[in-house]
Amino acid sequence: MNILIKWYYRLGAPLWFYPLAGKLIPWVAALFLLFLIPGLYMGLVTAPADYQQGESFRIMYVHVPAAWMSMFVYLAMAIAAVVALVWRVRMAEIMIISAVPIGASFALIALLTGAFWGKPMWGAWWVWDARLTSELILLFIYLGILALYNAIEDKTTAGKAMSILTLVGVVNLPIIHYSVVWWNTLHQAATVSVFDKPSIHIDMLIPLLLMATAFKFLFLLILLLKMRANLIEQDVHSGWVKKIILDKQAEMEKEHD
Amino acid sequence: MNSFLTLVKRDLLLAYRSRGEAFNSLIFFGLVILLFPIGISASEKLLAEIAPGLIWIAALLASMLSLDNLFKEDFHDGTLEQWALSHHSLISFAWARLLSHWIITALPLIIIAPMFALSLNLPTEAIGVLIISLLLGTPLLTFIGGIGVALTTGLKKSSMLLPLLVLPFYIPVLIFGASAVDVSADGWSAAGQLYILAGLFVLGITLAPFAVATSLKVSVSQ
Repeated sequence: MNILIKWYYRLGAPLWFYPLAGKLIPWVAALFLLFLIPGLYMGLVTAPADYQQGESFRIMYVHVPAAWMSMFVYLAMAIAAVVALVWRVRMAEIMIISAVPIGASFALIALLTGAFWGKPMWGAWWVWDARLTSELILLFIYLGILALYNAIEDKTTAGKAMSILTLVGVVNLPIIHYSVVWWNTLHQAATVSVFDKPSIHIDMLIPLLLMATAFKFLFLLILLLKMRANLIEQDVHSGWVKKIILDKQAEMEKEHD
Repeated sequence: MNSFLTLVKRDLLLAYRSRGEAFNSLIFFGLVILLFPIGISASEKLLAEIAPGLIWIAALLASMLSLDNLFKEDFHDGTLEQWALSHHSLISFAWARLLSHWIITALPLIIIAPMFALSLNLPTEAIGVLIISLLLGTPLLTFIGGIGVALTTGLKKSSMLLPLLVLPFYIPVLIFGASAVDVSADGWSAAGQLYILAGLFVLGITLAPFAVATSLKVSVSQ
């Protein structure tokens, strides 16, 4: 049997996915900490202060990975949406609905830390800069997908509707982004941007990459936790949940003996 | 193609028989425009400056609110289900519905828009561009909005949901539409903005019906 097809059926089965995710979670958490701790230490302590922005540039180590992740999560959702619509894989729908709040949170974190960063740098909490505006629109798209899923009671329909909206979003996001950039350059002078500089110093870059990797594992960690929770919630009355509970009970009884 | 024309003809005839309804979105359009001078300022200079964006926002809101009943009746009386079951594709159904909806709600709005533009002191040179930008932009609003309506059409409480889904996707249309009028009011050529709007128009009317048809299928199977 083709290995891809085998994986496809296996990943489609909650009974198989649920314990696997449970086994993976501690490892993913360990990897997250492995990247987070040196990333935070290097970013907050050993990286040199910026010659223009002083110490306040350090918020970048949360802001930039969060902003990257808010886009990465959407991309992952879009791929899952194709899988969900074309091959009707239910786990892909579970993945999307578990990823939506995470992506929205990353977008919100990016916006809030951006505001805290903007206050000392630009002298304003918020400016209608192209990047900020696109990030805000992205947050609203996430919230729209979440609202649509919650509004539809039948979760099979909700999953399909949400996948369609996710795909509509992925076609539109580049258009929205570039039109906002275009609008912004027309209406106001370019604002201060850290990344327009030709390069970022290597001592500052390493912690940033470490933090970006840590955020990837954080996403995976929360995603696995949320997927497990969503699966149990939706399938409370189905056979595989009962089987897992019975297995767990048997295991605990064995420990007591 | 035949069924497509029949459907458009039927919708237009129905709209013609109940003309009162078609006026609702026009009245709404006028009311929104009325709110701005009252809420912000009646200063002629300021109004002329914000007029392009203001007319576009009013048109966008009017177009969005008129969408609500786009598929609702067909959904409740079972027409939509029959279409989904028949050998005609839902895409041509979606196309016909969106087209006739645009003719009924947006076309009258485009015709009276210059009147409101003049009341806001928009320079007369910009009126032509305003009409062209609305002609290119409002079909996009209807077609993109159609996706949102198709997704929410089977739901009981969907009135607040539709704007949430649809408004983010309206932003590019608003940017280029308002900017085209703005630039031409300042005496420059709006060709660039209009070309982009035309590009988006072609993209929208080719791709959106597929999304509308798929969403309708999902809503019907509910």
